[in-house]
Amino acid sequence: MSPRSKTEVRRTLRAFALELVLYAGLVVVYFFAVLHFLGGWLVQLETQHIRVYAVVAILLIIGQAVVLESVTTGLLRLLRGGRSE
Amino acid sequence: MFFPISQAHVNPIYLVVVGFVIGLLGGFFGVGGSFIAGPALRLAGIDWNFAVGTDLAHIVGKSVVAAKRHRALGNVDLRLGFIMALGTIAGAEAGAQLIQMLKRAGNVNFVVSVVSIVIYLSISTFMLWESWKTLARAKSRNAGSKSGPLRAKSDESAFQHVTTAIQRWRIPPMISLPASGVTISLWIILLVAFVGGLCSGFLGGGAGYIRMPSMVYILGIPTHLAVGTDLFEIIISASYGTFSHAIKGNVDILIALVMHTGAAIGAQLGAISTQYFAGPKIRLAFVPLPLIGAAIVIYTMFTGHKL
Repeated sequence: MSPRSKTEVRRTLRAFALELVLYAGLVVVYFFAVLHFLGGWLVQLETQHIRVYAVVAILLIIGQAVVLESVTTGLLRLLRGGRSE
Repeated sequence: MFFPISQAHVNPIYLVVVGFVIGLLGGFFGVGGSFIAGPALRLAGIDWNFAVGTDLAHIVGKSVVAAKRHRALGNVDLRLGFIMALGTIAGAEAGAQLIQMLKRAGNVNFVVSVVSIVIYLSISTFMLWESWKTLARAKSRNAGSKSGPLRAKSDESAFQHVTTAIQRWRIPPMISLPASGVTISLWIILLVAFVGGLCSGFLGGGAGYIRMPSMVYILGIPTHLAVGTDLFEIIISASYGTFSHAIKGNVDILIALVMHTGAAIGAQLGAISTQYFAGPKIRLAFVPLPLIGAAIVIYTMFTGHKL
């Protein structure tokens, strides 16, 4: 591997490690803030309005996917000086 | 952490790690990863019905992330994805009906196990042969030239002559897929999607292990586009499956949301990684996945334990 490639790999790994730390912090906050408040409401919905629960479940997972994708893309861009990958 | 919907105590870090691994595989190979996620959830003490339904919900989220990333990389054929979703949903319903018939006949477990082992082993053997042959041919061709080995994102197949023959079947209506560079009969696309859906309904999971290779070898879609388009199609079909399982009380969305936090980052990494590999190399790396599925089924058959 050329020295240039080694530097590139090292930079990528460093950015990834930093991203993982930031991401882990965000996820911990997410667990406590969102799941704690949503838990009770979702259980109630699941027992009383199962069809509404089914729709809300899909919307929640898609919503989370869109938000997390934006967060990780933003972090990657930030850590790699404006480049997305 | 206690999850009140499924009444299960599961370590959230375990769920995040499982999600990450499945996200990585999904982003790179365009598969749902249910053959790992289902047993992994079961291993954590979650009932089978919740393991299956929750896994589908998590697959929706993971596929959104990976498909979005693949779309940014130009790897998604939206027209093909929408058409395939129709065939997949119809096939999944037919597969579910087939299961009901076998249940009534009383031999569902044996038949499904044998069929799945045959399918998994056939896919792995065929893909090993084809990708190996393609890579060897590229290597010998480039040995005398200065062009070097297959570059990242390039694609070719030793099965191309069969694919070309299939594309010559002019059964109207013909569908033009400019993103994939293919014009093919609508019925062939629907048939491929239907068979994928049938396997999904019959064998469980998203059946990406059969749809992704079918898109490459039968429809002639380049591997990178097949991976991205399969993920896009999985969003639609897995959403349908999630709704269907949720109204039967089989989805713990809180577990799916936790798993997905790991899957989101894994799926991104997997999708980005495809850029650095040529199509035949992705297909060669795909070979062990159906073998893992076959090993799980064989273990279940001979020990009676469900992983």
